[in-house]
Amino acid sequence: MPETRQIDIDYVARLARLALTDEEKALFSRQLADVLHYVEKLNEVDVDGVEPSAHAFEVVNVWQDDVPARPLPTEAALQNAPAVRDNMFVVPKVVDEA
Amino acid sequence: MVSNNISGEYEAVIGLEVHVQIRTRSKMFTRVPTGFGEPPNTLVDPVVLGLPGALPVMNKAALDAIILTGLMFECDIAPVCKWDRKNYFYPDSPKNYQISQYDMPICANGRVEIELPGPSRNVMGPHRHVRLTRIHLEEDVGKLNHFANDSLVDLNRAGTPLVEIVTEPDMHTADEVFAFLTALRQAMVAAGISDCDMEKGQMRCDANISVRPVGQQTLGTKVELKNLNSISGVRNGVDYEIRRQIAALQRGETIVQETRRFDMEALISTPMRTKEEAHDYRYFPDPDLMPVRVDQAWLDRLRARVPELAFDKQRRFFEQYKLPYTITSVLVPDRALSDWFEAAVDGHVERAQAIANWIVNDLLRELAATGQTLADCRIQPSHIAGLVEAQESGVISSKIAREVFAEMFQTGESAAEVIERKGLRQTSDTAELEKWCAEAIAGKPQSVADFKAGNEKAINAFKGPVMKASRGKANPKLVDEILRRMLAEM
Repeated sequence: MPETRQIDIDYVARLARLALTDEEKALFSRQLADVLHYVEKLNEVDVDGVEPSAHAFEVVNVWQDDVPARPLPTEAALQNAPAVRDNMFVVPKVVDEA
Repeated sequence: MVSNNISGEYEAVIGLEVHVQIRTRSKMFTRVPTGFGEPPNTLVDPVVLGLPGALPVMNKAALDAIILTGLMFECDIAPVCKWDRKNYFYPDSPKNYQISQYDMPICANGRVEIELPGPSRNVMGPHRHVRLTRIHLEEDVGKLNHFANDSLVDLNRAGTPLVEIVTEPDMHTADEVFAFLTALRQAMVAAGISDCDMEKGQMRCDANISVRPVGQQTLGTKVELKNLNSISGVRNGVDYEIRRQIAALQRGETIVQETRRFDMEALISTPMRTKEEAHDYRYFPDPDLMPVRVDQAWLDRLRARVPELAFDKQRRFFEQYKLPYTITSVLVPDRALSDWFEAAVDGHVERAQAIANWIVNDLLRELAATGQTLADCRIQPSHIAGLVEAQESGVISSKIAREVFAEMFQTGESAAEVIERKGLRQTSDTAELEKWCAEAIAGKPQSVADFKAGNEKAINAFKGPVMKASRGKANPKLVDEILRRMLAEM
């Protein structure tokens, strides 16, 4: 594993839809680099022969049977929406088609 | 066929990503009902809306369905798989990520058998397999309705279980793509996993298409083609895109890697606007969902539910019932129809061809004419063999058999019941037949002379009047015998 990668703070901010000031960019770059540096301590642990896991607990197959329950009433679903028309959420016209 | 004119100098290489909605009653990660055509935002709850604190819980039936899909197509089923978040901002996905499977899909490898067009519709075409890369499970997204100044979001579809089937770049023509989707749909419908109705968005297809000079090993630049929303749309879209790329190369242009949308009405593809970082999805394991472990007992239970695939059934129908290709190609793709046929032929294998003919010709015609389905029609499968038997044993003529069938279709009676009730039993009363034959011969001296002079066909001139006199009930075989005997004695 190479040294901690330089964080492209503009790219990360754009992916997160955050508009940052130059001061914030400097601050968050440093903080994110510190976080990554801290996590990289894990690279020092010998994990040969350990099965990768996304969870700390040996719990699998948590599911329910396919039995429908009651949905949320539409009025409740829409009550916090900034704008509603025809029982749908109004959003700015979407240009990105992908 | 649309692909015939493609230049011999270039070949296309095509891989597909097919999304199929699983027909469950509730959604993938919450128990809100699934549905199509419901009023907007009536099939939602905190999980679908991505409200803070809402937690997903897997739908067991959806897991069964994807493993069944994998077993049908000979995939390797992962003993353990997990869920990942695919992160992107788009209003069709209110929690700003889609739950999907990234590096541990539940099914890997596998293959789908396809049949390519034969030399004519009556001749079986060549078969081959299209290899699958993977099949994974994810949740569908909501639907956006675009207007001049804004877009409206309906989240009814969001969270519906969705399988994504990814093929190897294994196809070369629009016909192969068409054959693949047809085979895939038949299998998914036969297994009860999905209705695969493309008009309702239950099956959707994106195609990755590139072209290269024949003989070149490396792949050309690929273009992703979207918006292929019907099976014929897929065929037209793929065909168009192959031609467009070949024409561009022939003009000395280079193909740009891009996503294009196929316009089903204009029959052209146009580039779609996409943002640069649209494809940095920053997948990571979803901490809200525990992994899935698939043990042998679960696999065995599902293996018992794997239906016979259409081409396996077709080979069995050739072997077991000696049916011709044309008949099997009508029966086999429709599981309800082939089941009906097998019920009809049960105990009457020696009459399988005649029974199949009645089903494929007469039954399907009557169903179409009356707008009925097999499920609601009154005629019973077991009644067809009785009709064939009555005809073969000479109780009724083939002409009367049609009349009997029409009646059976309407009333649900057996052939024997219709024949009795309507008095359609063929007359084999020799004395009566001899009287009609003698009258017919007496009325046509010229035909007698023709027959005597060696014109075999002249005998038919007497059969019409005999049939008319008997109102169609004279046994044609007996009539022929009696006529020949009488003419010989003259």
